[in-house]
Amino acid sequence: MTTRLIKSGTLVSDNWVLLGAATDRDAVATMHDRDVIVPLSFWLSEQDLISSRPSRTAVWLNSNETPEAIAGSLDKLALVALNFPEFKDGRPYSSARELRQRFGYTGEIRAIGDVLRDQLFFMRRCGFDAFALRDDQDIEIALTAFNDFTDAYQPAIDQPLPLFRRR
Amino acid sequence: MYRYDQYDHQMLADRIAQFRDQTQRFLAGQLSDAEFLPLRLQNGLYVQRLAPMLRVAIPYGMLSSTQMRKLAFIADHFDKGYGHLTTRQNIQFNWPALADVPEILAHLAEVEMHAIQTSGNCIRNTTTDQFAGVAVDEVEDARAYCEIIRQWSTFHPEFAFLPRKFKIAVCGTQQDQAATQVHDIGLYLLKNENNEIGFRVLVGGGLGRTPVIGSEIKAFLPQEHLLSYLDAILRVYNREGRRDNKYKARIKILVKETGTSAFRDKVEKEWQLLKDGPLTLTNAELERCRAFFHDPDYKALPTQSSALENALSTDVLFASWYEQNTSAHKKPGYTIVTICVKKTGFAPGDLDSDQMRFIADLAERYSFGEMRITHTQNLVLADVEKNELYNLWQALKTRDLEADNLGLLSDMICCPGGDFCSLANAKSIPVAEAIQRRFSAQHLREIGQLSLNISGCMNACGHHHVGNIGILGVDKKGEEYFQISLGGSADHNAALGKIVGPSFSQDEVPDVIDKIVNVYQQHKTPGEKFINTYNRLGMEPFKEALYGNKSDDHTTD
Repeated sequence: MTTRLIKSGTLVSDNWVLLGAATDRDAVATMHDRDVIVPLSFWLSEQDLISSRPSRTAVWLNSNETPEAIAGSLDKLALVALNFPEFKDGRPYSSARELRQRFGYTGEIRAIGDVLRDQLFFMRRCGFDAFALRDDQDIEIALTAFNDFTDAYQPAIDQPLPLFRRR
Repeated sequence: MYRYDQYDHQMLADRIAQFRDQTQRFLAGQLSDAEFLPLRLQNGLYVQRLAPMLRVAIPYGMLSSTQMRKLAFIADHFDKGYGHLTTRQNIQFNWPALADVPEILAHLAEVEMHAIQTSGNCIRNTTTDQFAGVAVDEVEDARAYCEIIRQWSTFHPEFAFLPRKFKIAVCGTQQDQAATQVHDIGLYLLKNENNEIGFRVLVGGGLGRTPVIGSEIKAFLPQEHLLSYLDAILRVYNREGRRDNKYKARIKILVKETGTSAFRDKVEKEWQLLKDGPLTLTNAELERCRAFFHDPDYKALPTQSSALENALSTDVLFASWYEQNTSAHKKPGYTIVTICVKKTGFAPGDLDSDQMRFIADLAERYSFGEMRITHTQNLVLADVEKNELYNLWQALKTRDLEADNLGLLSDMICCPGGDFCSLANAKSIPVAEAIQRRFSAQHLREIGQLSLNISGCMNACGHHHVGNIGILGVDKKGEEYFQISLGGSADHNAALGKIVGPSFSQDEVPDVIDKIVNVYQQHKTPGEKFINTYNRLGMEPFKEALYGNKSDDHTTD
């Protein structure tokens, strides 16, 4: 199973397997040769199993979970996914910025869940660099989203200086 | 006034292209109602009872004659020839067609205006005292800071999907006509002992279903830290504000549930990560923004004007208007004029396109081509020479703009209500008119300063909680009823009104207001304002006058 993923401004195929909130040890065991993204609760409680896996394991945070919970293991994580239960839930934007700014995380931050074309520009500004779009989204239209604005007033991950320090 | 540079222009051009594309995708069925909703709201577009409603931002209430003429053009070409001034110093058009909105936005951009973030769960238009820059005894002109906040909040990528809307007011005047204490964040400009500028920061004020006066979380925030501190507050709110219940989602509920002190600690902790970073304001930026609000080319004038004195002694109607609608200006020989848009028989805050053009001309002739919108839905010409006041007043008379009731009972704040708004429980405009018709000009003048605010529902767009008399439309078994509160105030001594008792039918309201006013007039000491009499007497005599022994007959709401 591959995910339709936008990364670095292009459509790429991706082999990480996203495991749902109800993931248990058996489910992960059957995936021993696959790279998986597990929910936070599993990540926190099953470190023994995770460290013995031959393949990579990443974690996803729901919108009510904060990056502080994984702060100690960020150097082990190639990918952190942040879930949008619905697109109007703005908490993952703060989580992404915290991962980048406060914790200096440099791996992939992937937007998952209700990920729609019209929010991509702000997501990227906040530090997301991979976008697993909702199934019904038109990829060609979505790819145009990153050009919505030429510049921005605020500092963010993509532009560390506010406009007032550049104009 | 602030003027756009190429960056600001590009930002608007990009926004219009984006919204044009979103609107086309919506009309083509590629974007669902639910997905389009926050996108259109963040461009000021509501779908209302009769038609879409477009709310255009007037940043901190400042408007040029050129901009006003453009609003008149939009009213004529895309609406039914009028607009409505709002309590956030914005203007609303009630009849545009959805498909026309991108074009309207393009027209607005030509005059450096927009509808960005005038609605939706994001940071809204920042407001201030309409006398900023001209008030006597001002600490500091708030407008440069409002503009700095406008830019920081415009398309802030992290805070476009907050739990709920977010309103900021900045106040640098002694009087506070910005209702600063009932904002999500209220900022009072002040100077410390070293004469350095900073802000007293209040958080968690608001009206709506749960009215709250804001709590202080910082006694003195040095001005250079303004944006990093705002970022910290917003991040705490974005992360922790409630999203499970729309009615508990404002920051005031978070502050209450967390406790002011614990909330302050969370903000401080977040701020330590941001403080002294790139958001720290530079002197160059402060100077750049202040330069847009430097004094206009004032003449050196004597304090007294013989032309004014003559007119005052010969024309009593002018004298009456002068007494009520003008305020002291910081420069000798100048006056602040408020045009009261509350003439009986006209919906409060409504201006037709002829009036808009006419006022734009007057502003050019008498007040350096600028005007301001007030949160009480009136218009200010801030820099009028005393020598010209009589000419100005005579001109105003020709267009029904000479109402001399500023600050009086008939100068009500009133939301559009059930005539237009799909949220309203009741129609507020007919109630406002019935009250206005009840009182003669003479009687209004005897009553004196009294604020009467009307909201058609508990969302409180008409600020009923902070009116000396507040009127709230409620639904009682499908009938429109009105609940009366007393004792509210929106100034430096902000207070929330208390409900008097069971609500009244629409027909009863003018009588009810009359009875309340009678109690005041019977008990007031010479020169005592309504609010002071109320605070001295308490609720009882008013209650007695309204309900007597009959209050048992009413059901309690």
